[in-house]
Amino acid sequence: MAGMVSITLQNNDEARPVIESILHDNPNANANYMPGAVKIDCPERLVVKAESVSERIGRDWDPQEIHLTIVSMGGSLDEDDEELVLSWGA
Amino acid sequence: MTPPRKKKMNLKQRYALMTRGLDWETSYQKMDDVFPYDTFEGIKITDWSKWEDPFRLTMDAYWKYQGEKERKLYAVLDSFAQNNGQLGISDARYVNAIKLFLTGVTPLEYQAHRHFSHLGRHIRGVGPRVAAQMQSLDELRHAQTQIHTISHYNKYFDGFAEFPHMHDRVWYLSVPKSFFDDACSAGPFEFFTAISFAFEYVLTNLLFVPFMSGAAYNGDLATVTFGFSAQSDEARHMTLGIEVIKFMLEQHPDNLPIVQKWVDKWFWRGHKVLGLVAMMMDYMLPKRIMSWKEAWEIYFTEAGGALFEDLSRYGLRVPKYADIATDEAEHISHQNWAIFYQYTQAAGFHTWIPGDDELDWLSEKYPNTFDKYYRPRFEMWREMEAKGERFYNNALPQLCQTCQIPMGYTEPGDPTKIGFRSSVYKDERYHFCSDGCKDIFDDEPEKFSQAWLPVHQIFQGNCGGADLSDVLKWYHMDQGIDNMDYNGSPDQKQWDAWQAARKKVAG
Amino acid sequence: MSIDIKTMNVEPKRQTFAHVARRLGSDATASRYEEGVYDLQATTHFHYRPIWGPEYWTFDEGRTAIKMKDWYVFKDPRQFYYGTYTVTRANMHQTTDRNFAFEEKRNMLANIDEAWREMIVNYLIPLRHYEWGANMNACAVSDAGYGAALTSAMIFTTGDRLGIAQILSRIGIALSEGDGELLDQAKQAWMEADAWQGVRKAIEDSLVVEDWFEILLAQFLVMDGMVYPLVYNHFDTEGQKQGAAALSILCEFMVDWSAEHNRWVDAVVKNAVKESDENRALLSDWYGKWRNIMSEALQPQAAMVLGDGGEAALNEVCEQLDARASKLGLTL
Repeated sequence: MAGMVSITLQNNDEARPVIESILHDNPNANANYMPGAVKIDCPERLVVKAESVSERIGRDWDPQEIHLTIVSMGGSLDEDDEELVLSWGA
Repeated sequence: MTPPRKKKMNLKQRYALMTRGLDWETSYQKMDDVFPYDTFEGIKITDWSKWEDPFRLTMDAYWKYQGEKERKLYAVLDSFAQNNGQLGISDARYVNAIKLFLTGVTPLEYQAHRHFSHLGRHIRGVGPRVAAQMQSLDELRHAQTQIHTISHYNKYFDGFAEFPHMHDRVWYLSVPKSFFDDACSAGPFEFFTAISFAFEYVLTNLLFVPFMSGAAYNGDLATVTFGFSAQSDEARHMTLGIEVIKFMLEQHPDNLPIVQKWVDKWFWRGHKVLGLVAMMMDYMLPKRIMSWKEAWEIYFTEAGGALFEDLSRYGLRVPKYADIATDEAEHISHQNWAIFYQYTQAAGFHTWIPGDDELDWLSEKYPNTFDKYYRPRFEMWREMEAKGERFYNNALPQLCQTCQIPMGYTEPGDPTKIGFRSSVYKDERYHFCSDGCKDIFDDEPEKFSQAWLPVHQIFQGNCGGADLSDVLKWYHMDQGIDNMDYNGSPDQKQWDAWQAARKKVAG
Repeated sequence: MSIDIKTMNVEPKRQTFAHVARRLGSDATASRYEEGVYDLQATTHFHYRPIWGPEYWTFDEGRTAIKMKDWYVFKDPRQFYYGTYTVTRANMHQTTDRNFAFEEKRNMLANIDEAWREMIVNYLIPLRHYEWGANMNACAVSDAGYGAALTSAMIFTTGDRLGIAQILSRIGIALSEGDGELLDQAKQAWMEADAWQGVRKAIEDSLVVEDWFEILLAQFLVMDGMVYPLVYNHFDTEGQKQGAAALSILCEFMVDWSAEHNRWVDAVVKNAVKESDENRALLSDWYGKWRNIMSEALQPQAAMVLGDGGEAALNEVCEQLDARASKLGLTL
């Protein structure tokens, strides 16, 4: 419970590869599905890797594309060309 | 030809060059004259360049992503309208939640847009200034996409048509309006704390995530689409909110007590305003996904807990009265719905007594309070209704001077006793619903004594006249059409006719 | 279960919101632009005087000396609401992006003759600060202005000017083959070079103007009305003679944007002038004041880029602006 970070994404076709990548790259992440959206919680730190998403969609995925599907988040965010990181204490 | 010697810049460096270098230290005019508003609150900023931009969106990327979101959203809205999407909702009672949304929330989005323009012009640091400008654009987006979504409902249902007129006048709408007026009339750092942090970061998820998910569950594809599309901007706004707080706290230790006071104030203000959303979730969604209490646990107790734990390293503590607000999550939706039920004759949307299955759901979700305090009252009112003695409260309620909600809330720990507080300022006595609201007044009595309190204004003859019918006319509410119970309303008759026709068509 | 909607009677009760219908004169189908701006701004029963400026309410007609019976005559000829605005700009910028990609791949800017490249750094890149000033002025009007029609257009302009400042930054980065050296050099010119001080002073002076309508007129009619044709027309023509056609393509966004934005500026000024003789007199005074400031401020710029031809070019720009102003009803 302490230091849980989260990201909520729309549950649609566009977000699906992002959701899959997150669940793959963050073994401790837990997905909660609700109508239209999915809330992914993870202790301490959650990473969205551009490379993982790119592999799944067969083209380069820009981390800024997260803006198209993100619904909410908890934690402090840092973004660069390779990944988005949510954490506390940054 | 010389071979190209490209130096590859990363996102952070590129963004810094594209944005940070744009401003300059003015010399023909004093910086304090160019930025007259960002020092009087006492917040000390020693180095604006320490501001970290969480999302590094250049304007072209903003246009690209936002344009794409808009294309998708309007495609859904067009299809919703073409296919008479209103026929696919769970029940026409649901539409009343959307009425409250358009009259109560949409005008706030507009106000947020204008005041983020204020910050986008007047904050000295270029980083937060650009973030505020983008948020100003986003908030205008939210106001306009909400209007465009709800435009279709307005064509088929009552209660929507006069939303800006009502927002400036109607008694319960002065609750959200005064909330935002309060923030906009404060200094820029307080506004950031109020809206970007306390509202956007700590509380707004309660409105946009579970309620919008509820819209999806109730078949309202248009509203869920604008809701989640707006939320995608909200993620940016949340990062701005947390960044502002950290920035103020990191810049100077003297900022902590000021920031703490604002966090306390705006948490409490936000909690009271969101009581309207609590009622929308527990009472106005015919198909429910999550109770207000559950939402409060996920989005305030859990998410807020992690947040304030993180911020404790700066010395910031959990907002004052957070425990009381959490306690009130057991009560607030029931008490609010009861207020609107009693004053349905003066409300711009319809009310009803929940059906048996709905009462059962509330009993299950609120095992500590519903059967004991609220269910008997709703059942009694239902019996009175059946006997043709529907209960109306014809006495105008006393309003809390701070949150402007009728004084119907109970004492912490005693749900049978209405809470009353008061303070005297310049020989006048002012009344409050709670310690939280009284504290806020006592800290800024000159400000809060100015409040345009709807009930006072009616008594002073400033609202069209002394009779309810005069006031309704002044509100632009049509008697028997926009107000009163859902049962017997034109909305209901039309919905039932549609349902009957569908049955007939379906054979 | 499939439902044949056609056989059902699903008739709308009304076509639009009541406040929109009042403006249209009847309950007719309204455009998204109309529903998205009409009467959106609160007008009455504000609760608290702003503690940062208690002399006015949050939204207050008194923040300008210009008086209007109806602030919603300032309709945007482009009919921009957020959706149409962002989609339009995204499309415009897609072209700009392609042009940048094409030229960066071929290093076309870096291949411009050294002397003229230096000139570009001196005349064009410092304009990113001018654009930032314009961004602040647009944002000031979006903040203090009255009525959602006018103020919504101004937040779009706020975004536009940041976007243009960033295109100029990107040109600066491309010219220096990928770093920020030239941006620093251009900023130094903006801060210190004699040629820029008149313009910088005019911008700084506009930032402390209290009447938002004066800001609007000064920035978007007068300053832009001189800077844009001088830079993107006269200076650019000279650049083409010097082999800098590659630069013209990258400035196309600004040329197109300016033509589009001027339609909005002209509509606003025309409507305000038309309203009353008092408005006309006030706006004409402001016009005269800022026109004189700017025509003087731009002289060293014109001379720097065009040499002996500078004076004639600037005169032509001023004459054209005067002609435009008279057409809008201003007294010169």
